[in-house]
Amino acid sequence: MKKTGVFDIVNYILITLFSLFCALPLVLLVIVSLTDEKSIIKNGYQLIPEKFSLEAYKMIFASGSDVFNSYLVTIFITVVGTLAAVIITAMAAYTLSNKNVKHRNTLALFFFITMIFSGGIVPWYMICVKLGLRNNILALIIPSLLFNPFNLFLVRNYMNSMPDSLRESAVIDGAGDIRIAFQIYLPLCIPVLAVIALFYGLAYWNNWWNAIMLVDTRNLYPLQYYLLKLKSDMNMLADLQGSSTVLASITMPSESLKMATALITIGPIILLYPYLQRYFVKGLMIGSIKG
Amino acid sequence: MKQAKSAMKTDTKMKQAKSEMKPGTKKPVYLKNGGKGSFLMDIVRNPSSYLLILPAVLYTLIFGYLTLPYMVIAFQKFNFRTGIFNSAWVGFKNFEFFFKSASAATVTWNTIRLNFLFIFFITVFSVSFAILLNEIKGKWFVKITQSTFLFPHFISWVIVSYIVYTLFSYNYGIVNKTLSFFSIEPVSWYMTPKPWIGILVGMRIWQGTGMSVVIYLAAITGIDGSLYEAAKIDGANRWLQIKLITIPLLMPTVAILTLLSIGKIMYGDFGMLWAIIGDNGILYPTTDVIDTYVFRALRLSGDPSQAMAVGLFQAAIGFVLVYTTNRIVKKSFSEGALF
Repeated sequence: MKKTGVFDIVNYILITLFSLFCALPLVLLVIVSLTDEKSIIKNGYQLIPEKFSLEAYKMIFASGSDVFNSYLVTIFITVVGTLAAVIITAMAAYTLSNKNVKHRNTLALFFFITMIFSGGIVPWYMICVKLGLRNNILALIIPSLLFNPFNLFLVRNYMNSMPDSLRESAVIDGAGDIRIAFQIYLPLCIPVLAVIALFYGLAYWNNWWNAIMLVDTRNLYPLQYYLLKLKSDMNMLADLQGSSTVLASITMPSESLKMATALITIGPIILLYPYLQRYFVKGLMIGSIKG
Repeated sequence: MKQAKSAMKTDTKMKQAKSEMKPGTKKPVYLKNGGKGSFLMDIVRNPSSYLLILPAVLYTLIFGYLTLPYMVIAFQKFNFRTGIFNSAWVGFKNFEFFFKSASAATVTWNTIRLNFLFIFFITVFSVSFAILLNEIKGKWFVKITQSTFLFPHFISWVIVSYIVYTLFSYNYGIVNKTLSFFSIEPVSWYMTPKPWIGILVGMRIWQGTGMSVVIYLAAITGIDGSLYEAAKIDGANRWLQIKLITIPLLMPTVAILTLLSIGKIMYGDFGMLWAIIGDNGILYPTTDVIDTYVFRALRLSGDPSQAMAVGLFQAAIGFVLVYTTNRIVKKSFSEGALF
């Protein structure tokens, strides 16, 4: 018993240390965003700063910064994209699990092949341009994100586990496939649909690939791309020069402003985290049983 | 695949021949495809089902299969105006250009080195912490720590790049401030390529461990509890139980996941590297990977043929690797294979 006591203590310490390693960088981000600009310039970024200040947040909200425009763009593409993606995926999954469709496995193979084979980004880019997916909101919604075969197989496996008699009795009652899919299968699949909605939603929220490839107009920048631009605009240059000039006269909170903006963009993720986490773990479990 | 198909065809032919020999029996109508009937018949019988799958099929056709013919531009001097059919053919010139440049060896080596380090450290960390978490009795403690582990996974690489900046910025970064506290000369991190291998691996561990822990923890929970009880009766302490039961039984899962990620070792993490390093050329010697190279060739220097040639080289090796690793997985752990 004594030995296990030592084991337990070491174990708790190790896990707590790693938890701190995971949490501290984000805590740091929060604190820097709340730090007074002058104390950043004087002491650098600190976990326990000399002086706190809400100046950065005040400035963001007062100036009507571009970040709100990007916020709207991101919310729009996330909501519309996720809804469309979930519906497209669920409909396809219904057909793949429909025993009356004799070629459902051939169809599944058709989707599966693209998970291993693809032409890469160059053809992808050319096709997007050909379809006119350039500098418009659809360019942020359609390419790459609207449909993912992995999610399709997740939903199909879930539907496969439901009894066939469900469909058969509906057919006897005279319902067509479209009606069965939308009125019987979709409501019963809400648990797995919530999981894929989370996968799709996160992908939309954190996406900047589509923006960097297909969008040049500023008012279409989604949040993450806006942040990326903000960073490269503001500090890379200063840092590369090794910046020997300390601008003590600066009063505009540019350093804390950056961090505050970054934090605002992950706000919803932090707020929704308990929900996100639960469904995410659930999705991993379903997926790892047979992907 | 081809062999199997032709075998199936001869099989159906024989069936047809047999049925023709018997007098009085009707010719079976749907014998192709093992009696499933043609695709057309299937569509006619289930029109609305096929309508439901149509959007997904169209999407996959356009963004999946239509990309394949475009790969020929690797052998052309592609011109946007003349298109894929009327551009001049140049043979292997685009490949030659890439392989003769100094970048070829650098980006290939960087891709493999970074990915190998990512796979190695994430596996070590997540297996260790999954085992450790499994030994903890307090349920709420497990829940809270597991949530903390997983949180970084939800943060985009752009935000991570902000965090990296707060740590390694020359003027304000915490690392430099700490160094000067111990009166060591501050380092201009964004101008020194070497340390970035470590920094990137560190950020990768930070971001990716949580998710793997969840998977490994699930695998451990799936181990038969009676094994541990028997071991306890035989007098094995917890360390012995871990060494003789948990680790050996977890190994197949570890092997499968590791092999599958080795299959993808040729694909660099563009999102991570472009967000953290971006177009900071000073750091390229250690951080430039195939994917960032292709991106620059396509978007910045605007040479799609050049980019495609590199992409094709990557895809070819990548496919061989995926195929081989999958075969190994299939042979050793039949249920874990991708295909």
